[in-house]
Amino acid sequence: MRAAIEVKKDLNLNRRSFLRVTTAAAGGLLVSLYLDHPASALESSQAAPAKVYPPDAFVHIRTDGKIVITVNRLEFGQGVQTALPMILADELDADWSQVIAELAPAADVYRDPVFGIQMVGGSGSIAHSYQQYRELGAKTRAMLVATAADRWHLSPDQCRTENSVVYGPANKSIRYSELAKDAARKPVPDKVNLKNPADFRLIGKKVRRLDSRAKCDGSQKFGLDLDLPGMKIALVAHPPVFGARVKSLDDREARSIAGVLDVFEIPLVKGSGVAVVADRFWTAKQARDRLQIDWDLSGIERADSTQLLTSYKELAGKTGNVAVNRGDEKAMDRVAAAHRIVAEYDFPYLAHTPMEPLNTTIRFDGNAAEAWVPSQFQTLDQMAIAEVLGLKPEQVTFHTEFAGGGFGRRAVIDSHVQREAAVIAKRLRGTPVKLVWTREDDVRGGYYRPMHAHRVEIGVGRDGMPAAWRHVIVGQSLVAGTPFAAMMIKNGVDQTTVEGVADTSYDIQNFHVSAHNPTVNVPVLWWRSVGNTHTAFVMETLIDELATRAHVDPISYRRKLLKPDAKKLRAALDLMDEKSAAWRNKLPRGHASGISCHESFNTAVACAVEVSIENKRPRIHRATIALHCGLAVNPLTVESQFQAGVGFGVIQLMAKGAITLKDGRVEQRNFDGYTPAYIADAPVSVEVHIVPSTEAPTGCGEPPVPVISPAVVNALAKLTGKRYRSLPLVTI
Amino acid sequence: MATYQLNVNGRQREVKVDPSTPLLWVLREELKMTGTKYGCGISACGACTVHVAGIATRSCVVPIALVGDRPIVTIEGIGQDAVGRTVQDAWVEKDVVQCGYCQSGQIMSAVALLKAIPKPTDTNIEESMGGNLCRCATYVRIREAIQSAAQQLK
Repeated sequence: MRAAIEVKKDLNLNRRSFLRVTTAAAGGLLVSLYLDHPASALESSQAAPAKVYPPDAFVHIRTDGKIVITVNRLEFGQGVQTALPMILADELDADWSQVIAELAPAADVYRDPVFGIQMVGGSGSIAHSYQQYRELGAKTRAMLVATAADRWHLSPDQCRTENSVVYGPANKSIRYSELAKDAARKPVPDKVNLKNPADFRLIGKKVRRLDSRAKCDGSQKFGLDLDLPGMKIALVAHPPVFGARVKSLDDREARSIAGVLDVFEIPLVKGSGVAVVADRFWTAKQARDRLQIDWDLSGIERADSTQLLTSYKELAGKTGNVAVNRGDEKAMDRVAAAHRIVAEYDFPYLAHTPMEPLNTTIRFDGNAAEAWVPSQFQTLDQMAIAEVLGLKPEQVTFHTEFAGGGFGRRAVIDSHVQREAAVIAKRLRGTPVKLVWTREDDVRGGYYRPMHAHRVEIGVGRDGMPAAWRHVIVGQSLVAGTPFAAMMIKNGVDQTTVEGVADTSYDIQNFHVSAHNPTVNVPVLWWRSVGNTHTAFVMETLIDELATRAHVDPISYRRKLLKPDAKKLRAALDLMDEKSAAWRNKLPRGHASGISCHESFNTAVACAVEVSIENKRPRIHRATIALHCGLAVNPLTVESQFQAGVGFGVIQLMAKGAITLKDGRVEQRNFDGYTPAYIADAPVSVEVHIVPSTEAPTGCGEPPVPVISPAVVNALAKLTGKRYRSLPLVTI
Repeated sequence: MATYQLNVNGRQREVKVDPSTPLLWVLREELKMTGTKYGCGISACGACTVHVAGIATRSCVVPIALVGDRPIVTIEGIGQDAVGRTVQDAWVEKDVVQCGYCQSGQIMSAVALLKAIPKPTDTNIEESMGGNLCRCATYVRIREAIQSAAQQLK
C-alpha cells in the first residue's frame, strides 16, 4: 500500500495532539497529527458563539492541494458530509473540486455548539454549525492571506482569494497548498469578516453530494462493513420480555458448531442476555439460534398494547399535567353541545428500522480501547464504552462510521448497543469484536416511538373557528429518569410529548393542553420529528375537519387561523397554494387533494397531496411541498430531504406500520410484519419549493415527516367521508 | 464445510464454507466484498440484491450450495457493464442517495429491469423495484434516475 504520511508539527504548547490513522479515499494511508484544545479550555467558556475552535481540527490543507474538511457529526443520509464542507469551503474560497470530507472522531472540539455534546439530533446540524463553519473557513482564509501578504511584503487587504489561490497585485498568485505550512504558524485571528451572502459561491447553490459515487459502486464503508485483522462477530440473545434475565442456559449445541469461540451471559441495561462470539456472522447466528435459554420473567411487567390503549384512552379522559392554559378555562362550558367536537386518536409504537442494522466494533487493550460506531451521540456512546471498560472517555479512540440511516435510533441516551459491545470486548481483551444486531433484534429490541392517545374537545364558534380547545395527550416520556429530564420535562410534562400542539402556530384563544406520561416496560426513543409525528397528525386533521364543517377552503381556513407571527408558515402555505393550485383545480375522477401545514424545528412546511384509492389502499399520486428553512445551504439536499422525508412519514399509514406487544412480547420480527413504505406506497412524484430567504438556516431532516400523513388522510376523508383517527391505517 | 468454485464479477473464486451459508455472507465475509448489504436476512428489503446468471437475486436467502457455476455479478462489478455504468452515472447525476445503504441493491434491481425492459413504464418500475426498501425513501429520485438511464441507453 502506498503511504503518504503528513505530520503537522505541534507548535502550540497549550494544545495536546492525537494521532489519527485513516484510509485515504485513493487507497493510500494518511496519518495526520491533529491539534486539539484541552477539554477544560473549552468548558471554561460558557456561551456557544464565544468558543474558540482551532481551524486545524477542522481543515487540513494538504501539500498536494487537497483540502480535507472534518465534519463534526454523523453522516447518515441527511447530507451534512457535503453541506458543512460547502459552508467552510465557501468562506475559505477553496477549490471545491479538491475538497475531501471526513467524519470527525469523538472529541470535545466536535461537540454541537448549542447542545454541548457531539451529536446529530433536533435537526440541528446546519442550524447549529452554520456560523461555526463559516468562521472556521474565514479564519483559515485569513491565515493563508496573511502568510501570502508577508511573503509579498503587502498588507492582507491588497490580496484576494479564489479557488484555493491567493492573488496579489501585478499578477502575483500563490496556491493555498504552498502557503499551508507557514500559515499554520500564524496566530488564529479572533475576529474575521464573513462574506457578504451575495459573494457566496457554494452556499445556496445546488451541489451534488460528495458521497454519491462511493455509495453507488459499493465502495462506501458503513459501520457494518468494517473488517479488522482478527476481528470476531458477536450476536446477543436478548430476553423475550424487556428486562428479563437468564435463568439457565444450555449452550452445548451452539458450542459444537465449528467457528464458535465463546458463549456467555452478559448484563444488559435492563436484565441479561447471552452473547455468542464466532469467526463469522453466519456461524454466530446459527449458534445463537441453537441456544436453549430459560428466562426468568418473575417480577417483570409484561406490556400488552391492546390493554395499554384501553388504559391510555381512560387517562385521556382526565386532565393531565398542564402544558398550556391560555385564555378562559371555562370557555368550553359556554359552547352548546351541538357545537362541540370530541375526537379521540391513537398511535402505535413505531420502530425506526434504519436500513443498516445496529452495530458497534470495539477492541479493548487493557489501558485503552478503540471503537468504531455509526453514532448520532458520540459523546455519550464514548462515555458508556469507557465506563464499561473502566477507562476514561479519552482513552477510548472513537471513530464515527458512516451509518445506513438512523432516524434517532443511533441517538440513545443509555447507549445500550455500545454497552453490550463493550462488555463483550472486555472479555475478549485484545480482539476486535463487532457486535451485530440482526433485523429481528432491531424490530423486537425496543426503543420505539411511543404509543400515544389524544383526546381533543373543541368548542366551535359561530364563525366556524375554534372558540375553545381542550387537549389531553397520553404517552411515555422519552427522557424521564435520564440526564435530559431536567432540561426537557417542565411542570411534569415531557415537552416532546406535547410539541406540535402546545406550540401550535394556530391562534387558539382558549387553549388548554395537558399530558400524562405513564411508565411502561417498553423502552422508547425519539423517532424522526419526535412528538410532531402524532401531534401534527391530530392538529392538521382536526383543522381540516373544522374547515370542512365551516364550508371554508382548507387553505383559507388555515390562513385565517394562523397567528400573525407565524410568518414562515404563512409564506410556505402561500407558496404551496400557488404551486399546487393548477393541479388541485382539475383532479381526475376518484382523486382528491389533501392539505396540511406544520412548523417543527423552526422550519415551516406546507403540503398538498393528490390521492386516490387503489386496492383499498391510499395511492399518493403527487405531493407539492413548500417550505421555509431560512437560507437553504444546499437546495439540492433540501429538496432531497423533503422528497424522501415525506415518503418516510408514510409508514404511519401503512397497514403493517405498527409495533404491538402481547404478554410483554413484541409481535413483529422483521419487515414482513413491520412494513415501511416501499416505492409504490410513497408519493409517485414530489415537487419541492423553497421560500427564498436570507434568514439563518434551520433544519430539514425532521420537518418533512409530520406533514404527509395528515395531508393524505385529509384527502381520503373527501373520498370516503370518513375521518381517520386510529393509526396504522389498517382499513380505509 | 465444503469448497465451492464461484464466478464473481468474471473472476474465479474459491471459498470454503458451510453449505448453508447464504451467498450474501460469502460475498461479505469470505470475499470481503461488502458493497452487497445485509438488511433483513429474509428477502424482504432487497439490500442484498446481486445478479445470479443475470437475474436479480436476493443473496441473503440463497445458500451457497445452490449457486453452482452460475456467474455472479455484484455492485462492485456492475460498472463493467454498459447498462450498469449508465445506471450508476444516472444515480450520481440525479443525486439519488441519502444514507446510501440500500442503493447497491436498488442499482442492481434497476440494471436488471433495464436489461429486460429498456423503456420501462412507471408500473414496470414499481413492479421491478417493489421489493427494494429504502428507509430514507429516496423513491422519487430512483424513478427519475431509472428514466434518465433509459434515455441515455436509447
